[in-house]
Amino acid sequence: MTEPLVRPKRKNPLQRTRRPLSPQGIRSRTAHGLTAAAAEGRFALQVCEDCKTVIYPPRDCCPSCLSARLPFRDVSRGGALLAETTVHTSPEPYFRERMPWRVGTVKLDAGPVMVAHLHGDTREGDRVRLELKLDKSGSAVAIALPEQDTPNMADDPHLREMTCDPKFRRVLITDGRTPVGQAMAKAFADAGAAIVFVGVADAWKPFPGLDALRKIAPVEIVPLDVTDTESVTEQAEQNGARIDIVVNTAEHVRSGGIVDRHGLTVVREQIDVRYLGLVRLAQAFGPILRARGADGVNSAAAFVNLLSVHALMNWPAYGSYSAAEAACLSAAHCMRAELRPGGVKVMNVFFGPLETEWFQTVPPPKVAPAALARGVVRGLQQGVEDVFVGDIAEDIRARLAVNPKALEREMATS
Amino acid sequence: MSVDVLSFARAIANGQIRVIDLTQTLSQDFPTIVLAPELGQCAPFRIEEVSRYDERGPAWYWNNISLGEHTGTHFDAPIHWISGKDLQNNAVDTIDVRKFIAPAVVIDCSNECAADPDFALTIPFVEAWEARHGKIEPGHWVLLRTDWSKQSFADYANLRDDGAHTPGPEPAVVKWLVEQRDVHGFGTETIGTDFGQGHHFNPPFPAHFYMHGKGRFGLQCLTNLDLLPPKGAVIIAAPLKIKQGSGSPLRVLALVS
Repeated sequence: MTEPLVRPKRKNPLQRTRRPLSPQGIRSRTAHGLTAAAAEGRFALQVCEDCKTVIYPPRDCCPSCLSARLPFRDVSRGGALLAETTVHTSPEPYFRERMPWRVGTVKLDAGPVMVAHLHGDTREGDRVRLELKLDKSGSAVAIALPEQDTPNMADDPHLREMTCDPKFRRVLITDGRTPVGQAMAKAFADAGAAIVFVGVADAWKPFPGLDALRKIAPVEIVPLDVTDTESVTEQAEQNGARIDIVVNTAEHVRSGGIVDRHGLTVVREQIDVRYLGLVRLAQAFGPILRARGADGVNSAAAFVNLLSVHALMNWPAYGSYSAAEAACLSAAHCMRAELRPGGVKVMNVFFGPLETEWFQTVPPPKVAPAALARGVVRGLQQGVEDVFVGDIAEDIRARLAVNPKALEREMATS
Repeated sequence: MSVDVLSFARAIANGQIRVIDLTQTLSQDFPTIVLAPELGQCAPFRIEEVSRYDERGPAWYWNNISLGEHTGTHFDAPIHWISGKDLQNNAVDTIDVRKFIAPAVVIDCSNECAADPDFALTIPFVEAWEARHGKIEPGHWVLLRTDWSKQSFADYANLRDDGAHTPGPEPAVVKWLVEQRDVHGFGTETIGTDFGQGHHFNPPFPAHFYMHGKGRFGLQCLTNLDLLPPKGAVIIAAPLKIKQGSGSPLRVLALVS
């Protein structure tokens, strides 16, 4: 049974913050097929198109029939832990700090034998579930979990290295004025976050939900306006060193296209709130997050982007909104590269129309703010990089994968 | 009569004429007018550092700023309102520059406003003021001292479920000030020249409608009106020369002897 995590003691302010280290993260282009699966929480291995052999480790031709047609496919996660060993010493600086470390070999039901990190609740001979996770280097590794959930299993130190579990972490919700921001605050409180900082811009402007927000125990309301560089900088200076997860809930949803729009005011606001807001947050909080990637139980863990799925394909009915979201998606890719040396994940959470005022005229299915918030927390607990919440998001992603041009045409009339 | 501009300058320098700043600091958090969110919005003041003696400019510090024409302490030109849209020289770049310097009367209703944020200025109130201080001469700014500039931002904007609750003039008094007193313009400490609930008046937003309809001006987000005498101050309010500008943030100064 996993020893439950205890709330970390207050950090000694005179203690040096250890610099983050990463395990070796170089993978072949083919092996990044595992990274793609891990990023979404899927378990996928190469399956030979010609002889159906399931292949591990990733290869460029099938070891059984020499075919080069080896796409990654989701396969069964089940297997048996054949053998385990405990590593007590390593020349790798990352592992040296984390000894002892258990690894083992797992005979997958799907066929191959895989080398995997081992959850503390697994024993040699056990049935296990394999998961692909992104380690601190951002590359995929396998970890064997007990077949059935065990108490406190998320608190396992090996597993927690690969996830961004909010438990005992300190979170910043950048905009608490919106239903999404408020649902997010509640979800993080429920997930055991130690402090939930909630940013409120223009405190002189009343907004619904403030009283309920104040009643959530770990919530601390702080002044924050993502359109104001000084405000973002000041908040990072004040609290940046004790914020482990940033969730950017600032939104600017308006219907209307690019041609069919009168003037630039709204477009400029969208770019200012969304793209420039993200850049301001990234510049203010990114360096501190990156420096604190190995700062104990409540190390910096993640920067969360909430993105319309129309960042992936423009929806002309909300055309300029989609374009601003696409800018944020591109920025997120840059941030991933920049924050990875600190072991800090950038998690993109894609969603379709929300059950909120600015999507009033859009028919269901729509995503409730609470469902989006649950998706965010679940994604962090899993340690994934890309999350799709709701039917529309899943649908757009599937159609995009099959035929982007068809999707482009279809969006024009939807 | 010859006027000696240099003695005027000397009087400023030696303090015989006091200069009072009626301007709020342009800062990011100062409230900007709020409209329904589907309407176009006035941009708040924003400032981005270009360089500060660093690799972006080693020996100099400067900023880029962005803001709306109606952000912070600002001037309203007649073209701002539909009632003034067809007047001659109705934009900040074409207004006769002599109009940027004019005397002012200050009507103190701070006690009334402290008791009631929905205090509305009426003709009888102004007549009572005139009974004490004399008739308002043509060509004067009428500045409404409410002490609203001393409020917290939340109380300053005072937004409730049914909108803003801030003091301002009734329609009749604005029309009367323009037609019977030939005033230069109307200035307030509040976010706009109009009553907070002025959209319910007929016409809506009378300070804008009547003042700008007759080519008069507006000043809002003023401060330090409590330092001015009821009569005798001269206001220097020169907006930026924005091409066809509807208004402009500006430094408003009062000269008091």
